[in-house]
Amino acid sequence: MELATIEELEAPTMEIPQATQPEIKTIPEKMIAQNLNCFFGKTQAIKNVTLSIPTQKVLAIIGPSGCGKSTFLRSLNRMHEVAGGTMTGTVLLDGLNIYDSDPVVVRRRVGMVFQKANPFPMMSIFDNVAAGLRLNGLGDKNKVNEIVERSLKQAALWDEVKDSLNKSGMSLSGGQQQRLCIARTLAVDPEVVLMDEPASALDPISTAKIEELIYDLKKNYTITIVTHNMQQAARVSDYTAFFYVGELIEVDDTKTMFTAPRKKRTEDYITGRFG
Amino acid sequence: MKIEPPVLVFPSPSKSRNRNIGDLVFKNLTLVFAIVVLSLVFVMAYEMYKGSSLSIEKFGWRFLWTSVWDPVKGDFGALPYVYGTIVSSLVALVIALPLSIGVSIFLSELAPRWLERPVSFMVELLAAIPSIVYGLWGMFVLVPVVRKFIGPFITRYLGFIPLFNGAPYGFGMLAAGIVLAIMILPIITSISRDVMMSIPNTQREAAFALGATKWETTKIILSNAKSGIAGATLLGLGRAIGETMAVTMVIGNMPQISAHLLDPAYSMASVLANEFSEATTQLYLSALIEIGLLLFAVRIILNAAARLIVWSVTSKFAQ
Ligand SMILES: Nc1ncnc2c1ncn2[C@@H]1O[C@H](COP(=O)(O)OP(=O)(O)O)[C@@H](O)[C@H]1O
Ligand SMILES: [Mg+2]
Repeated sequence: MELATIEELEAPTMEIPQATQPEIKTIPEKMIAQNLNCFFGKTQAIKNVTLSIPTQKVLAIIGPSGCGKSTFLRSLNRMHEVAGGTMTGTVLLDGLNIYDSDPVVVRRRVGMVFQKANPFPMMSIFDNVAAGLRLNGLGDKNKVNEIVERSLKQAALWDEVKDSLNKSGMSLSGGQQQRLCIARTLAVDPEVVLMDEPASALDPISTAKIEELIYDLKKNYTITIVTHNMQQAARVSDYTAFFYVGELIEVDDTKTMFTAPRKKRTEDYITGRFG
Repeated sequence: MKIEPPVLVFPSPSKSRNRNIGDLVFKNLTLVFAIVVLSLVFVMAYEMYKGSSLSIEKFGWRFLWTSVWDPVKGDFGALPYVYGTIVSSLVALVIALPLSIGVSIFLSELAPRWLERPVSFMVELLAAIPSIVYGLWGMFVLVPVVRKFIGPFITRYLGFIPLFNGAPYGFGMLAAGIVLAIMILPIITSISRDVMMSIPNTQREAAFALGATKWETTKIILSNAKSGIAGATLLGLGRAIGETMAVTMVIGNMPQISAHLLDPAYSMASVLANEFSEATTQLYLSALIEIGLLLFAVRIILNAAARLIVWSVTSKFAQ
């Protein structure tokens, strides 16, 4: 990819802060990872990463596969430990260390969408979206109905499924299933939404829908998205962080990152010289 | 530019033909074996049907609903045996099912890997114990325990319910049910564990990421696995219904229909084992064979249904 072509990408019209401002400092931070080290047994997947996640913006995480993007993302809602990993360092959410809080509460505030759509197969479309609400003990039928409808609308799925809410979630196409999972995540009203290559298994049209959706969601949510696809990072994100073998190499606003990266490694990666 | 066709290397024709003949022989041979096994089932079914036709013609459906068993008069009804088999098997299920589900939840969701292997192995080892050993253990350990402790205890505290009452011998449907429960525990446990383990981790992650606790996540896994667990239960039930030796040794072998679990009873498989050698008349033999046919049919149906259910669950996630 030529550097100059970045302008030609159909980036949604988003306001991008001054390119001259390299660090994300003036933007309020929703989450901060400080001196984060993540391990799987003895292998270290994340090495001393310090990174802020700006409030109600989209942060994209890019980097070659195996560089620790997923691991970093999963350390932000304590899913890293579910896979048997360990970590040191702190992750602050609104200034409080999530590793001092109840993981169940953390995961309700920091939702997650996975690479492969994973609806609950024994549940209807409706019940999938309501699953998290029911875990929270919300019994009020009208309220549940209302939230399910709202979440499906936010996930841009409502029009396609409003007449078949009782059908199995598995009856949907891959792209619809992924939007169903997004609706399920949004239903518990998280503050941060983490997405791990949410469109990597989808066709271009479904991918476009998800990207549009992300663009709409940042009005209300803080979003961090891992992506393999640099055009996608350029299209949907306000900020981009580049990871390489477990280290954070560079983070900047997306436009600067793709037009004038400061580090040689970043430039090599985004120009396709490796990765 | 001229494009060169790719050069493909095939094995020389003669060699490949030889191999093909080998393959052909092998394939057909295995096919023959498969057909032999399959037809064996049909031959057995047919033979048993033929052997029992005398009894089937004479008694019809009445055979299932009457309880006279009079070889001298030539009147046969299998109800007490059917009853004993069903009740002892159900007792076994009631005891084994919660235990099995608990163990399989432990194995698939909770146990660390170093513990899961040995515990699974031990559970499966239970299935390797010959049923005569279960029978002996039942007679010499379980029956006295039922007579001295379990029986008096439940008649004292639950005796007002007819079910938990009965003769103080120790031999009876309760003892048979307990022995059967231990015998069917391995199959229900290992299949339930396999079904739960076949549910991909993405399901657990989906639940955790929504803020589910370990227990809530397990409930979601269970809801995915429930038809598989039902299949495992059917397989266990089939095994309990067909079990002969151990049951014969502890059920008391009295052809009676009693509402009390502590009372002795008889089972279909036991009556076959005990009376086959004494069947002096054609009709007597025919009645016994009809019981065998019933057992055969019930087990085939249960097993087929169970396998189908388990297969449909595990294949749903295997893409
Ligand atoms: N469950 C796991 N167990 C052990 N090692 C893992 C596990 N998941 C990931 N890793 C290792 O951690 C490193 C980072 O992986 P990951 O975060 O998945 O990278 P990415 O998402 O950038 O492709 C890799 O070297 C990978 O092999
Ligand atoms: Mg990844």
